[in-house]
Amino acid sequence: MLGYNLVDDEELEILLNDVANKYGYDFTEYSKASIKRRVNRLCALDKFTSFAELRYRITNDENYFGRFVEEITVNVTEMFRDRHFYKTLREQIIPQLGVNSYIKIWLAGCSTGEEAYSLSILLHEANLAHKAIIYATDINPSVLETAKHGVYPIGLMRNYSENYINSGGTTDFSTYYTANYDHVRFIGKLRERMIFATHNLVSDSSFNEFQLILCRNVLIYFDKNLQEKVFKLFDSSLESLGYLALGSKETIKFSELENRYQQIEKEKIWRKVT
Amino acid sequence: MEKSDLKSKIELLVIGGSAGSFNVLLALIPKLKTPINFAIIVVLHRKSGSTTSISEVFNLKTEINVFECEDKDPIIAGNIYFAPADYHLLIENDHTFSLDYSEKMNYSRPSIDVTFKVAADLYGDKMAAILLSGANSDGAEGLLYVNQKNGTTIVQDPVSSEIDTMPKEALKLFKPDFIANVDEIIAAINNF
Repeated sequence: MLGYNLVDDEELEILLNDVANKYGYDFTEYSKASIKRRVNRLCALDKFTSFAELRYRITNDENYFGRFVEEITVNVTEMFRDRHFYKTLREQIIPQLGVNSYIKIWLAGCSTGEEAYSLSILLHEANLAHKAIIYATDINPSVLETAKHGVYPIGLMRNYSENYINSGGTTDFSTYYTANYDHVRFIGKLRERMIFATHNLVSDSSFNEFQLILCRNVLIYFDKNLQEKVFKLFDSSLESLGYLALGSKETIKFSELENRYQQIEKEKIWRKVT
Repeated sequence: MEKSDLKSKIELLVIGGSAGSFNVLLALIPKLKTPINFAIIVVLHRKSGSTTSISEVFNLKTEINVFECEDKDPIIAGNIYFAPADYHLLIENDHTFSLDYSEKMNYSRPSIDVTFKVAADLYGDKMAAILLSGANSDGAEGLLYVNQKNGTTIVQDPVSSEIDTMPKEALKLFKPDFIANVDEIIAAINNF
């Protein structure tokens, strides 16, 4: 049922301030429409009957706060989502990265790891994996556990295999995982060059310089102000001539970066040119 | 329908549709009187990854500017906005769009329920919502919510719907302001 909102705008602000003060997780610059929907969804899932009850639980139960973070951040992702995007990565970006003696990639907001494995497959097929490192980060520690294990429901493989083929993949996709009952595990060599770590785009700073930063469908959950801050963080973490890749409906247009970056065809990939 | 029938002058029209709705929109959008004084949002279930853009298809057929929403685009009266495939479409208090790639609702993303609800919370009686042909139940509860928030509600007449499941699901829940065929829907919009 589409219930009325238990938590209104004012209460949401109170709650997000509580959370920032008590736990140091600052969601106050997240997109309000989205986070309000997520919080109200959580209220319905966990059967809260008043805002006061929700507020008390979150501020007094640290374990429950873990669940709160898991549920209000969106962790939906898939392998090789957007075939045009992955085709461009495969055919243009990855070969270009290959001219370097090493390749450092930051996957910001990696969620349960599907994009990290997609990237790793591209690097292996280009014979570049040995000199590449993928830093895959997320705010949410529990999704990183899934990403590290690389275990996914077998039912998803049909779709992922289609996505892989549509984006230019030619290998038998099933050679990249071993199946076990209703789950698959992606093979170990795909994980060899991955580093998983928690990183909060709101509060943590730059930790390295990269030639490619992917952050797809994360910025849609941030307001304009926070988006601008994150763009600056990416800019300071990107080598000259490095690439920034965003989700299919996200843009650096109207941001400070716009004039110093060049868009790759019609894709949501920009190259830092100055 | 007379203008006085409306509960209040509208600022936003949201149209939700699924299977069988594309043809309705092809008939409807070219017949809208221009300029329109409100914004129109269309949430249409469709396959993601199609190569032709839906805004290009409709821009050829009307003087009204038709866009596929990007994150944080402002909602401007006089324009038509399509929800992008595979994202839920939300609206911020400052009348900009937010996209959301969270779980599907009613097996759908974009979900009509999601946009109807967020629009109703923000626009109340200053919105109208139309639910067209479709093969699932998405949109029915959202339309009821629009009604509860005093928005104007229209359901495509099941008899005139290519697939009548979606309109019928809405009619099971409540009596909308209007049950209308395609020509009547066009006339209604032109009277808003």
